[in-house]
Amino acid sequence: MSGKVIVIGGGLAGLMSVIKLAERGQKVDLVSLVPCKRSHSVCAQGGINAAVNTKGEGDSTWEHFDDTIYGGDFLANQTPVKNMIEAAPSIINLMDRMGVQFNRTPEGFLDVRRLGGAKYSRTVFAGATTGQQLIYALDEQVRRYEDEGLVTRYEEWELLSIVRDEEGCCRGAVVQDMKSLEIQVFPADAVILATGGPGMIYVRSTNSTINTGFAAATAYMQGATYANGEFVQIHPSAIPGRDKLRLMSESIRGDGGRVWVYKDGKPWYFLEEWYPAYGNMVPRDIATRAIFKVCVDMKLGVDGENKVYLDITHLDPHEIDRKLAGVVDIYEKFIGDDPRKVPMETFPAVHYSMGGLWVDFNQMTNIPGLFAAGECEYQYHGANRLGGNSLVAAIYAGTVVGPKAFEYSNGLKQHYTDLPLALFERAKEREVAKQKALFAMQGQENPYKLHQELGEWMVNNVTVVRNNNQLLTTDQKIQELMERYKNIGVGNGAAWGNQILPFTRRLWGMLSLARVITLGAYHRNESRGAHYKPDYPERDDENWLKTTKAEWTANGPNFSYEPVDTSFIKPRKRRYDVAKEVTV
Amino acid sequence: MSKDVKFVIKRRANPQSAPYIEEFLIPYFPKMNVVAALMEIQKNPVNTKGERTTPVAWDCNCLEEVCGACTMVINGQARQACSALVDQLTQPIYLAPLTKFPLVQDLVVDRKVMFDNLRKVKAWIEIDGTHDMGPGPRVSPKVQEQAYALSKCMTCGCCMEACPNVNSKSKFIGPAPIAQVDLMNSHPTGALQRERRLEALMNEGGIADCGNAQNCIKACPKEIPLTRSIARLNRATTFFGIKGWLNK
Ligand SMILES: Cc1cc2nc3c(=O)[nH]c(=O)nc-3n(C[C@H](O)[C@H](O)[C@H](O)COP(=O)(O)OP(=O)(O)OC[C@H]3O[C@@H](n4cnc5c(N)ncnc54)[C@H](O)[C@@H]3O)c2cc1C
Ligand code: SF4
Ligand code: SF4
Ligand code: FES
Repeated sequence: MSGKVIVIGGGLAGLMSVIKLAERGQKVDLVSLVPCKRSHSVCAQGGINAAVNTKGEGDSTWEHFDDTIYGGDFLANQTPVKNMIEAAPSIINLMDRMGVQFNRTPEGFLDVRRLGGAKYSRTVFAGATTGQQLIYALDEQVRRYEDEGLVTRYEEWELLSIVRDEEGCCRGAVVQDMKSLEIQVFPADAVILATGGPGMIYVRSTNSTINTGFAAATAYMQGATYANGEFVQIHPSAIPGRDKLRLMSESIRGDGGRVWVYKDGKPWYFLEEWYPAYGNMVPRDIATRAIFKVCVDMKLGVDGENKVYLDITHLDPHEIDRKLAGVVDIYEKFIGDDPRKVPMETFPAVHYSMGGLWVDFNQMTNIPGLFAAGECEYQYHGANRLGGNSLVAAIYAGTVVGPKAFEYSNGLKQHYTDLPLALFERAKEREVAKQKALFAMQGQENPYKLHQELGEWMVNNVTVVRNNNQLLTTDQKIQELMERYKNIGVGNGAAWGNQILPFTRRLWGMLSLARVITLGAYHRNESRGAHYKPDYPERDDENWLKTTKAEWTANGPNFSYEPVDTSFIKPRKRRYDVAKEVTV
Repeated sequence: MSKDVKFVIKRRANPQSAPYIEEFLIPYFPKMNVVAALMEIQKNPVNTKGERTTPVAWDCNCLEEVCGACTMVINGQARQACSALVDQLTQPIYLAPLTKFPLVQDLVVDRKVMFDNLRKVKAWIEIDGTHDMGPGPRVSPKVQEQAYALSKCMTCGCCMEACPNVNSKSKFIGPAPIAQVDLMNSHPTGALQRERRLEALMNEGGIADCGNAQNCIKACPKEIPLTRSIARLNRATTFFGIKGWLNK
């Protein structure tokens, strides 16, 4: 076992895969753009799903599985989802053993709350900072392996590209120290990408500023297939801010928050009226479209804007403090009002990408030796993700990909040490040359401003409601931005600590993925989950029960489609006004 | 109403070069925070003299005060730039990097030492492995609430900045890792390894270097009861020390 595996990304998925590898005695290099403890996973507030049934409601893994497939409008391949759901309770137990401070019932068991699209309380939580608590626990375990000498951390290092050998297999990564901008090549037998989502393509979203999707984009530009890019989740409730749209967690609704606007001078609880079976607990795509209808079509938004009230003033203040303090704090801190006393004003915001790198059931991309796990891949959520399912998907994928990458690298006939050094030198030289070219860019355009323009176009045209002519003009706009990109000026700052240069590099990745999202949406003439076209308002299983696969070409993405695995549950119509029928 | 907000920023190209002050005027907008202002400088890096300059470098990720990245000294106080609302700050607004960590550039510092310290004190729970062993120990809601308060430390460094005993001449690990030892030692499984962590705290740069100045607790944005943890571990290490001595 002299091989080496590189894990890129130290969020939940990355850290879990490192633990699984180290546990097998495998040496791992862990490369992360930010110190792992600062990864985007810290933002997760609501909680993590598993059918632990600690409230005796009769929840089961089958129910959780069915909710997930149904909530995802049947686009997810069912086998991996089923495996994940069945593993979820043991994942919670494991995190619990690692010391995550989950909320407790009076008897000392795990407390659970309800999130959207579910009829049962199955979301385990640690105050309103579940993601933070989970990632800290995993980071601590990795630190233990670091102490034992199995893991080497490269924090504040960025992946620039992967190394592919003659046969096209992935044989390492070209990485950069973000302080000195020094470029190095790390040879390896397998590389795992766990680099999170691409929310920054929209600029204003609930995502962290590091979520540019660049790592996935660079893999895509080197031949990795990108799947279901057009499925982007718009969360119904965020608070506006010029720098960020801060999420107001779904757990607020789960713990009793109600959504309303004034109609004829009286509060109108439109979700409760339209969806009596689920009320405020409908899934995100449904809630977001309802809010869009109320605000845009009926013009009933608060102050005439795209805003609605999210109300917890009727809840017990102690319960609010116990379960929702973190979220309520954010509102108070950034808006200045106390949600215990005044209804919050919230509006929909780009939140999560269901799409991502295409992977097989072993989490391997179409490039042998290149694996992906977490929000950067597409596998677990179909056309719409349920609240609380992403944390479990990220951790679960880590538990799968670690062992699979281990198996793969140990099964190789030829290890990276057997390959000519020139292969790695060439890969590095390519990036060094590209960096030189970036430094030489002294045009008139400001990369941050171009980014801003991209974001405005994407938010206006590729979110809640999609029309083909708008999608086409957006794609043309993106191509225009790609032209203007060539005229960027990066200034004359030195390499040390330079932030414009890496940003400019990432911007190209964002533009490339923006085309995948926009054109993917253009081609898909139906409505499914988060993807809604008024011209094609129905789901069309006959033509579109298919995974979108985009491949990079110099002229833009090339699309093909692949059937979806529906081996357990037959697709049925998805509705939330009545109770979901029972399946077995 | 269009008014400008003035930012006075302490800049430095690299650790070897001399620091200098650069001023910027940013058009005010409602709910503006320090990060949003720095973003405006990125889009238009022109100082008050009208000169084109390099954009100011700083760190940020989450923008909701949960990752700890954007910590800097704002009007003399170490805090997070993302939750520093312009409306609540006196102007002009002074920005400077944290002083207790090696500088990278402008407002960016290298806080690696904080992560290293977490390793030194063995701030993790020793589990047997990730195989399925059923649930962890049962915990009362009250115990959970206390532990949760400690578990929110985002390694931001405000407490280090405030602590007089953390400085370039001392090896003091600072209050944050001490609180993490308290957290790990209070966990039923973590307690099985408590001696190892106490030992680590008794090494050079450990808990004995705390002068009990109590600055740290006031500086912590997450209201982590640092001094309570320090007091508790002071007792624990003393007791552990005596026991060790008696057993000699
Ligand atoms: C505000 C908010 C709240 C949320 N709440 C919930 C919730 O309650 N429940 C739920 O289930 N889900 C929630 N989600 C979704 C969930 O948090 C994320 O999908 C999940 O944490 C992603 O984990 P990850 O490991 O895939 O990636 P991340 O945590 O995003 O980690 C990505 C890692 O990759 C690294 N990286 C990125 N690019 C590079 C590169 N080029 N080179 C090197 N390293 C790189 C980063 O440094 C980071 O360490 C929420 C999301 C948001 C935005
Ligand atoms: S009590 Fe004082 S000396 Fe001790 S850690 Fe806190 S600030 Fe530093
Ligand atoms: S204890 Fe508080 S101030 Fe210190 S690093 Fe942790 S969160 Fe920051
Ligand atoms: S950006 Fe994360 S704390 Fe400010």
